[in-house]
Amino acid sequence: MATTADSFQAHAEDRAHDHHDHKPGFFARWFMSTNHKDIGTLYLIFAIMAGIIGGAISGIMRFELAEPGIQYLGWWVEFMGGEANFDQNLHMWNVLITAHGLIMVFFMVMPAMIGGFGNWFVPLMIGAPDMAFPRMNNISFWLTVAGFCSLMFSMFVPGGTGNGAGVGWTVYAPLSTSGSTGPAVDFAIFSLHLAGAGSILGATNFITTIFNMRAPGMTLHKMPLFVWSILVTAFLLLLALPVLAAAITMLITDRNFATTFFDPAGGGDPVLYQHLFWFFGHPEVYIMILPGFGMVSQIVATFSRKPIFGYLGMAYAMVAIGVVGFVVWAHHMYTVGMDVNTKMYFTAATMVIAVPTGVKIFSWIATMWGGSVEFKSPMVWALGFIFLFTVGGVTGVYLANGGIDDVVHDTYFVVAHFHYVLSMGAVFSLFAGFYYWFPKMSGRMHSELLAHLHFWGFFIGVNVIFFPQHFLGLNGMPRRIPDYPEAFEYWNQVSSIGYQIMAVSMLLFFANIIYAFVAGKRAAPNYWGEGATTLEWSLSSPPPFHQFETLPVIDEHHDYHDHLPRDDAPARA
Amino acid sequence: MSLTILADARPAIWISWVFRLFAIASVALAAPVFAQQSTLAPGDLVSPAPAVTPPAVLENVPDDQAAEVADPDAVVDSAANYTPMGPEMIKGQPEAGAIDLQPQYSDIGNQAFGFHVWLVWIMAIISIFVLALLVWVILRYNRRANPKPSKTTHNTTIEVVWTVVPALILVAIAIPSISLLAAQYKTAPKDAITIKATGYQWYWGYSFPDNGDFEIISNMMPEEEARQKGFPAQLAVDNRLVVPVGVPIRMQVTAADVIHSFAVPSLWFKIDAVPGRLNERIFQVNEPGIYYGQCSELCGARHGYMPIAVEALPMEQWRAWVRAQGGTFPEEVAAEQAEETPEAAPLQDPESSEPSAPGAGAPPTSET
Repeated sequence: MATTADSFQAHAEDRAHDHHDHKPGFFARWFMSTNHKDIGTLYLIFAIMAGIIGGAISGIMRFELAEPGIQYLGWWVEFMGGEANFDQNLHMWNVLITAHGLIMVFFMVMPAMIGGFGNWFVPLMIGAPDMAFPRMNNISFWLTVAGFCSLMFSMFVPGGTGNGAGVGWTVYAPLSTSGSTGPAVDFAIFSLHLAGAGSILGATNFITTIFNMRAPGMTLHKMPLFVWSILVTAFLLLLALPVLAAAITMLITDRNFATTFFDPAGGGDPVLYQHLFWFFGHPEVYIMILPGFGMVSQIVATFSRKPIFGYLGMAYAMVAIGVVGFVVWAHHMYTVGMDVNTKMYFTAATMVIAVPTGVKIFSWIATMWGGSVEFKSPMVWALGFIFLFTVGGVTGVYLANGGIDDVVHDTYFVVAHFHYVLSMGAVFSLFAGFYYWFPKMSGRMHSELLAHLHFWGFFIGVNVIFFPQHFLGLNGMPRRIPDYPEAFEYWNQVSSIGYQIMAVSMLLFFANIIYAFVAGKRAAPNYWGEGATTLEWSLSSPPPFHQFETLPVIDEHHDYHDHLPRDDAPARA
Repeated sequence: MSLTILADARPAIWISWVFRLFAIASVALAAPVFAQQSTLAPGDLVSPAPAVTPPAVLENVPDDQAAEVADPDAVVDSAANYTPMGPEMIKGQPEAGAIDLQPQYSDIGNQAFGFHVWLVWIMAIISIFVLALLVWVILRYNRRANPKPSKTTHNTTIEVVWTVVPALILVAIAIPSISLLAAQYKTAPKDAITIKATGYQWYWGYSFPDNGDFEIISNMMPEEEARQKGFPAQLAVDNRLVVPVGVPIRMQVTAADVIHSFAVPSLWFKIDAVPGRLNERIFQVNEPGIYYGQCSELCGARHGYMPIAVEALPMEQWRAWVRAQGGTFPEEVAAEQAEETPEAAPLQDPESSEPSAPGAGAPPTSET
């Protein structure tokens, strides 16, 4: 069966003779880059670095929580240049939870998904030579890096009780305004400004690229689902981030210029900040998961050797999730004291999101149904994603009930829920995408054995970490506490053991990358075989520095999302 | 304040209609669930009848104290005989290794616990269903078992089914959910006792505006002291919030500095303490005992060390406790005022024409 991947192979070979393929020198290539693949690589390296820091912080947290009492925080206070005492140690805890949340959300998941895989594969999948605004792409990346530096810097300057911003990733006023003196919170907020500006620029770039630079013949309804997912995500970013920017700018002026947006003493309202934050914050959780949906769709179709089931339903389910995601924000604030009708509305609206999400879960299973499923490393991560995301999804429906939330709000049940959808949902899809495309990006095959071991270690580890946290939350353990009554010790110990399993499996991940570069086999253009039919598989691995100078033409006999020629028609007319 | 008004607001007419439909449907749907709940809740901790009468508590009080409180007149007369409950009266607290909610000691808690069980069943069934489908696909449609893939990409029937069935499940969740919310937002009766909890960094203040507005300051008990006395460390406090048992209390919650959250898991009660807001909700305890909770909104360094401890007492003992704190009762204050200063009423007349009356404003003068 002739696949489209083969039909475009000619272009890739042409490239080798093209003098435009000369790469710039090291500094110009990596520091002034305008090439979408190089910028994607930079984003991925950056996200891995940030992930190491954010993951190490969660390790400090898990070790501290392994038993009641304060064990290690004093050591970390002194390590960071402070003076260990009771309040400083406790403040250090708040700094750690704040940094972990902000790093993982803004500097690990988002850069990896959108900046990394989005930059790399959106142009390749739509048959475009590059992103629409290559220089803007570059500044998006470096703004993100600057934001990260600002956040890291905030940990070393005074933030009230001790060094660093100890306000939680939600930065609720008035703890973040009158409750925290010193410049640390300003630097943390400024870091969000920078990262947010980078993301807004990136979003405009993706929207322009996807709307204007698709190869001839690739209609919106022929786009691969990963491109759809990035398109929806870009719209969410574009609409949600300015609201965050406004909210945190008001925080800055409340802190430094005596405004009282969130201070009741001047007619302001602390709950207004929460509304603004979560108007951004809820779309943000879909920003973190939608590209994962897209990647899992590509992977499931590839390894089932079967077109994705219900393509249009899949695409518009993402659109529906994006739209409804904007009108459910106050379910994060059920306990602030809302009107009963408001609470009923947000309960009902939140549950509606379960419908398009269910459509996606069932469509992935239907794609595999009747397929010829091969359990390569990306596929096992995608299968893990589907199950664990379902578990995180049903606890989300549980939490959606305003009346139930009164007992589990701000407990470890919520922590367990959002780690099931993010550190298992989003992160599993990231690893699935990484193993799917790593040979395409690097030109070297990774070890399938190590990737499978990594999967099993990580799968067992994160479940041992987070499943017991449901029990802790139901039993009443609040979030964001460094120490706890003895009754919570048992499941906290189990959870901390899970962290160690997970950490060991991450060593396999890094070993696998090293293995690939040192001893990995060279990757063929389409190393996953006939199931992989989107345009990136028509190019060499790694793809040429500039691709598609002659635009590929999408044959009307091909539905790219379908992965197979319709009616077994000849590959090209 | 604004929130008090919101809590009082009657739902719009259409909503109340929806409620009636929901109420009918939810009784039909949820009755078996709630019936099931009573078997699932630890029966030995939930007394069969509302234990609001003093004899019920006397069974649990050490004999020497029981002798003192046995005579209700002695309780009222002697202010000194309030003794804080001992650890044997702890009812609402986390249990080591537990995997479920704490046992509930309020009407709302009992209703919600049944709904919680219903939801856990739905969650478990959906998760296991998806897992079973995945396992089936892995076993039946792997490359060895099924070398030639099918080309099916659409099936309208199944797509409609997997859209409609989840929607119906959600309706089955929404109906009891909405009726639970409606029950939680009932306003307290007019004569309900008002208690105001104020969050401070990092302790709680409990004031009793109907009873002379005295304030109890509640700090965490030092861990060593708590262990010596047999109380759970980090949950025990020096001065508990003492409330009467079995009656709805108008609980108002606010904060003085940053946002805190007043939470007692075993009473299904959690509401944020927000500076500049007065949040209000009915608070009711069905049994005498001690119920623990912890601040549930990040409030700075010692966020983990500002527990909440509620001690529920029979009404007469509670009144004795109020007197011991120097508190008063509104009906007595009114009676005293009526006796002592019957002619004082005109002074309180807002229509007073005295130019010097406070709030009347300065009268216009001719000296300009």
